[in-house]
Amino acid sequence: MKTTKLLMSMVIATTLFFVGCKPKDAAIQAAIQAKEAAGITVAVTKGEVTLTGEVDDEATKAKAEEIAKAEKGVKSVINNLTVKPADVPVVIAEDPTLIKNVADATKDFPTVKAEVKDGVVLLTGEIKKASLITLMQHLSALKPKKIDNKLTVK
Amino acid sequence: MALADKYKALTDAATAAGIADLAVREQDGVLYIDGTAADGATKDHLWEVYNQIDPNFTSGDLVLNVNVAIDAAVTHAKVITESSNLNIRKGPGTDQPIVGKAAHGEVITLVNRSNDLWWLVRTNDGEEGYCYAQYLEAQA
Repeated sequence: MKTTKLLMSMVIATTLFFVGCKPKDAAIQAAIQAKEAAGITVAVTKGEVTLTGEVDDEATKAKAEEIAKAEKGVKSVINNLTVKPADVPVVIAEDPTLIKNVADATKDFPTVKAEVKDGVVLLTGEIKKASLITLMQHLSALKPKKIDNKLTVK
Repeated sequence: MALADKYKALTDAATAAGIADLAVREQDGVLYIDGTAADGATKDHLWEVYNQIDPNFTSGDLVLNVNVAIDAAVTHAKVITESSNLNIRKGPGTDQPIVGKAAHGEVITLVNRSNDLWWLVRTNDGEEGYCYAQYLEAQA
């Protein structure tokens, strides 16, 4: 009987110990924040964690929630993280279209020679400095892969 | 992302200028910046920044495709060739026959802008055909 009483009191003491040691919101916040990736903001109110910010993908978002849930003293997690929209893919014009459009764009620059291969526009010849920016603006609108500018600027 | 760092001043300027649908991606050693500028001055400013980072555009590691937004209600455009007349062609392409000319600085009527590169226009004399859009500036 004595042993049982002792055990009982130990259980109570242990429980009180843990309740008394419940980490404060600020400590929980700091602990989670240290584990989360950059760009994630952690806020804690009465053991309730709120995650905000922008992450690259859904997996990162889920992982961030797991990290928060695993922290001692956390009651619940509100995951308000947003996933960055996927990048718009780079569109590169097909050579036949590009060749025609480059010919149109360079027509008014008779000292410029342009060749197109695999989306790359190779410029040779010479050009006046004042005209270069105009030519480059025209060519950049045609969705080339690259503009290889070997022009001599006069 | 060395290219993103190299052109950071440019992407920052694009963000500051409020470029719509701004997209910056690096692929196979080339940085692609796409977007729509509110006006021609904004676009020109970005090109000046580009020219400062890469003088005379010799690096071949950036494709800056920023177009100028045009209000659907716009009906007129000014010819902004350097000094010469602007050819008006039967169809969209320099291989098409010339059907007329618009003078440098002349304001002409926009009929259709469905082709990004070649706009269908009408001069004050009633000549209708296609002009190279880069030599036209939409009139607000």
